[in-house]
Amino acid sequence: MGRYVARRLLQMIPVFIGTTLLIFLMVNVLPGDPVRALWGDKPPDPAQVAQIKHDRGLDLPLWEQYLHYMKGLFQGDFGNTIAGNRPILDEITQAFPVSMRLAVMAWTFELVVGITLGVFAGIRRGRIVDNTVTIFTLLVISVPIFVVGLLFQLYMGNEWQWITPTVQDSEDMGQLVVPALVLGMVGLAYVARLTRTSIAENRSSDYIRTAVAKGLPRKRIVTRHLLRNSLIPVVTYLGTDIGTLMGGAVITEGIFNVTGVGNLLFTSLARREGAVIVGIVTVLVLVYLLASLLVDLLYAVLDPRIRYA
Amino acid sequence: MGILDMPPGKIPQGEILFRGQDMLKMSNEERRKIRGRKIAMIFQDALSSLNPVLSVGYQLGEMFRVHEGMGRKEAKAKAIELMERVKIPAAKERVNDYPHQFSGGMRQRIMIAMALALEPDLIIADEPTTALDVTVQAQVMDLLAELQREYNMGLILITHDLGVVADVADKIAVMYAGRIVETAPVHELYKRPAHPYTRGLLESIPRLDQKGHELYAIKGLPPNLLKIPSGCAFNPRCPKAQDICRTEVPPLVPVTEQDGAELTGRGSACHFWKETIHG
Ligand code: SF4
Repeated sequence: MGRYVARRLLQMIPVFIGTTLLIFLMVNVLPGDPVRALWGDKPPDPAQVAQIKHDRGLDLPLWEQYLHYMKGLFQGDFGNTIAGNRPILDEITQAFPVSMRLAVMAWTFELVVGITLGVFAGIRRGRIVDNTVTIFTLLVISVPIFVVGLLFQLYMGNEWQWITPTVQDSEDMGQLVVPALVLGMVGLAYVARLTRTSIAENRSSDYIRTAVAKGLPRKRIVTRHLLRNSLIPVVTYLGTDIGTLMGGAVITEGIFNVTGVGNLLFTSLARREGAVIVGIVTVLVLVYLLASLLVDLLYAVLDPRIRYA
Repeated sequence: MGILDMPPGKIPQGEILFRGQDMLKMSNEERRKIRGRKIAMIFQDALSSLNPVLSVGYQLGEMFRVHEGMGRKEAKAKAIELMERVKIPAAKERVNDYPHQFSGGMRQRIMIAMALALEPDLIIADEPTTALDVTVQAQVMDLLAELQREYNMGLILITHDLGVVADVADKIAVMYAGRIVETAPVHELYKRPAHPYTRGLLESIPRLDQKGHELYAIKGLPPNLLKIPSGCAFNPRCPKAQDICRTEVPPLVPVTEQDGAELTGRGSACHFWKETIHG
């Protein structure tokens, strides 16, 4: 087990280098010049532009820039923003906890509501509960997330005034509830469907028949025997989804004006702040890799037939 | 026993008497209390019938925890005891193992142990050895027979292997297309079958003293249970079939000696049972 984890951690290194390189290159081929953008609409002064570029190392060949960047990264230095010359790490560490909170809340919705809906639908397959859940999830999956987000904002925020249309204070958990709901909606639908199929399939399995023949109470059969087997595929989905939720909140954070990673990513893209983008993506990749390692380990806990050596 | 989903399963008529009580008239909860405690089941394929993600100790102990309200530790001790009863070597070390870590024979022993746990009055074993190797089959069957005698409990053995039943059973009911076609004490059945289907079955058992002959087989295919033939369900395959067999369902009637003397426990559902047994 320990060796397996060590190997997985080592495997992260090439993935990590590869993704940062890719993003680094992609950001550099984006049209637009971040330094010139500092002047806004006014014509930039060529001498000053050259000076800034030289100071920031932006006139070096691309590979040298990358090496510089990676060297800094391993020392915990993400570089500075071009506009304002602030440490990028500060920006990221400010935005991250907000996104983290949002993602964890959304994820909890997915987990609790998704699994509950899925279990009930799976057990009462073909009945009203099941049909309702199926139709609801289909609807959620097929409607784009910004439509759901805007509708929530319009009705809850403007019409009924349950919430403020945009989040005033991203540190306030209460204000993040509705954005989290929007963010977790699609995942919730997938979790519900996945659970439903899995439960329905396992319900007619031989070992459930055995559990019934043993005279176990229904509740015990569902929680101890059925659920544990059925949740294995769901765990995979939920595990990888935490990474998606952290990075994929651009739209939701935009609609509700949450000052998280998504928002930062969006503004950085608009300003062509390449180093910020690479920094954010790097952190997200790490989150992703760690989440998938956790999923694989959890797998072995849930299913004793899987052993890692 | 109420282990099938209803619907789609259904019991259109009849009764299931257990110790004089009709199980079909019981509430679900009453039936549940009988399952496992009074009537236990052993299934065919132990690998799929045991929960793959729970240790065998847990699955065995569950019987005691649910039905007897025992604590975790006590239940585990009981589980080890049971594993020893069914002769699983190193039971203490293996109690926390999972079903996939056992061999087929050992798994089936665990199924048996689970059925025995609360010393039920009746065990229903559904093809308990079909999924096993031939040598292991015999061991498992012997164990089952031995335990049945020891605990003095009833055993309903469902099998298609007439060779298996000979040593274990006292009484046999032969079924065809969902109906009992013949009942008899075990040795009488082998000696003098009173139904053409039984006869066919017995003749298709390979025998050492008939080496070199082609093995007999009942002609035709088992009936499609959605399209059971009219009259006697066996008529398309029966060598003795007459016109009456295609129109009238033969009732299960007592079988007697030629002189009318009663044969206890014998019955046959064939219009021509007399010819079959005495002819
Ligand atoms: S009733 Fe007729 S068809 Fe059926 S077993 Fe007897 S002889 Fe054969």
